[in-house]
Amino acid sequence: MSDQATNDRIQDYVNKDDVVLFMKGTPIFPQCGFSSVVSQVLDHLQVKFQSYNVLDDMDLRQGIKEFSDWPTIPQLYVKGEFVGGCDIVREMFESGELQQLMTDKNVARAS
Amino acid sequence: MSVEETIREKLTAAFAPSLLEVINESDKHRGHAGSPGTGESHFAVKIEAAAFAGTSRIARQRMVMAALEDELAGPVHALSIKADAPAHD
Repeated sequence: MSDQATNDRIQDYVNKDDVVLFMKGTPIFPQCGFSSVVSQVLDHLQVKFQSYNVLDDMDLRQGIKEFSDWPTIPQLYVKGEFVGGCDIVREMFESGELQQLMTDKNVARAS
Repeated sequence: MSVEETIREKLTAAFAPSLLEVINESDKHRGHAGSPGTGESHFAVKIEAAAFAGTSRIARQRMVMAALEDELAGPVHALSIKADAPAHD
């Protein structure tokens, strides 16, 4: 079980930045194909995003699954709201919904 | 029973799908970090069922993952899910 401190820390992470990606590895060196896809989609959309590498942090790796009630990684948050994992991100990107969501939520752009 | 057959059986029992494709993609991932090399670790599921009507994407994925909870906790390392309600005709 994850503790309250981890839960609070995750809540801080998703509040602090508009777009937050919990992934395996980093955008430069993703350690998983699914994490890589989501990171590339965000790059393509030119939104500013903060990523957290769950492989560096076992509390986070377990904690984020419980926080979101979602058993897999990657996980994308936009303005504090859980959007989904790789399949959902890919579907929403292909249909144009993800671009629309970023626009509607007025997220910060990549500089 | 193979993992693929188990997935097919459990999803059929849970959702009575009008369309179900279970694809074993394990060979595409052989040898990468975290891949167990069992040949039954990476799957893609395409499913259409009336049970998904009016639900969100997140809800549909959660429903499928819940039906396959034992497999995801066990042999299945990665599962790609495309779940929809049947298209209206």
